[in-house]
Amino acid sequence: MPDFLMPSLGADMDRGTILHWHKQPGDRIERGEIVVLVDTDKAEIEVESWSAGWLDEVLVREGETVPVGAAIARIRTGEAEQPSAAPTPPPPAPVPATRPTLAAPTPKRVAAPAGARIHASPLARRLAADLGLDLATLTGSGPEGAITREDVERTAARPAAAPPATSPPAAVRADKQATMRSAIAAAMERAHREIPQYYLATRVDVSRALAWLTEQNESRPLAERVLPVALFLKAVGKAALEVPEVNGFWRDGAFVPGDGVHVGVIVSLRQGGILAPALHDVPRMSVTALFAEFRALVARARSGKLRSSDVAGGTITVTSLGDQGVETVFGVIMPPQVALVGFGRISEQPFADHGLLGVKPVVEITLSADHRASDGHRGGRFLAAIARLLQDPESL
Amino acid sequence: MTRDQLRAQTLEALAGIAPEADLGTLRGNIALRDQLDLDSMDFLNFLVAVHQRTGVEIPEADYGALATLDQLVAYLARKTGAA
Repeated sequence: MPDFLMPSLGADMDRGTILHWHKQPGDRIERGEIVVLVDTDKAEIEVESWSAGWLDEVLVREGETVPVGAAIARIRTGEAEQPSAAPTPPPPAPVPATRPTLAAPTPKRVAAPAGARIHASPLARRLAADLGLDLATLTGSGPEGAITREDVERTAARPAAAPPATSPPAAVRADKQATMRSAIAAAMERAHREIPQYYLATRVDVSRALAWLTEQNESRPLAERVLPVALFLKAVGKAALEVPEVNGFWRDGAFVPGDGVHVGVIVSLRQGGILAPALHDVPRMSVTALFAEFRALVARARSGKLRSSDVAGGTITVTSLGDQGVETVFGVIMPPQVALVGFGRISEQPFADHGLLGVKPVVEITLSADHRASDGHRGGRFLAAIARLLQDPESL
Repeated sequence: MTRDQLRAQTLEALAGIAPEADLGTLRGNIALRDQLDLDSMDFLNFLVAVHQRTGVEIPEADYGALATLDQLVAYLARKTGAA
């Protein structure tokens, strides 16, 4: 009977807190079905099962924190047949959460009704927890009935509706932010400590790519239009097939190639911090499908609805800071990956081409790469491949 | 739809994109992306939401002239013939 383990949902995660079991002992679990909601230091992630079977025993109760790799449940694998033995009930009262770095008390988790996932923004969820409000008692006014911060504040403002908070909300929110920053810092510190990084940059004329995209978008309804970032992601994915040394991991003293090109994308959160969910099999997707998937992924990241399959498996990472006006990105590799590609803003610049000087939309593309897995020559080939692909957008 | 209704619909669409923002303090003549820290994806999602609420199709070529709330409401009013 295999154990269901606390998964690693990113290089910066070393523990997770069980927030809500979607399944109870005795419940059938299908492959890919969500089993449990886990809080990492950075986000709430819905964890799916990679195998079908029956949930036999819950080993870690809601509210408990355990390290990555710890068994949190037992699953009886197999096809749709009833378990032979009576399911083991959940263990008794939870032990106190063991988060030594938390300065303030861990926010009390408000229980959701059995079998129901309440739609609420991460901010609303945290604020409700801070205020001791049960989200199940709130009416959402956001998209698709999602509970917003205003809904929580409105409810909290009603007489006798808000029990005394167990800790200052601002302090708890600040603590969550601090925890996320610590997780990011730990991963970045590891990157700087362990990875001999080298950096390359190239300026690319993207006038053809933008003209092609504009033409494509003209015939599309607004909701199906594609942003330039989709071309960048696709170009990175295809270029990584040409230079596989930048696509994979450094593990146990050796380079392990990726089992495909799964592009992690840095997503900034409105409440602060970043996540790096992944787009899988990027070279195989059309630009349109890739952008649709990217758009959905960003929406899940920003609404706190990421799944474990979203955050697992990235083989190379892309970050784009052009919206912030950044010209050049000096990125830090996300270990154990071996490369990160940065895109700056698209800006009109003087650009010489075949002896002719003109004003072109230009983007600066950078590569941060692990010298243990590749060298500047191969990294340069990789950037050149991205540049070449962006000159020929029909090929993407 | 009146101009006030268009403005209200636009603000509701914004609330869905930036739920944490205090839209009561939004200034009509300053770029929305600067005030609300919207990126390209946010802005696209915002325009999609505006389109769904008002029925106004917004060509990509017009994006650049729709930076502020006032510009967007005026644009929608022109397109719909609102008073």
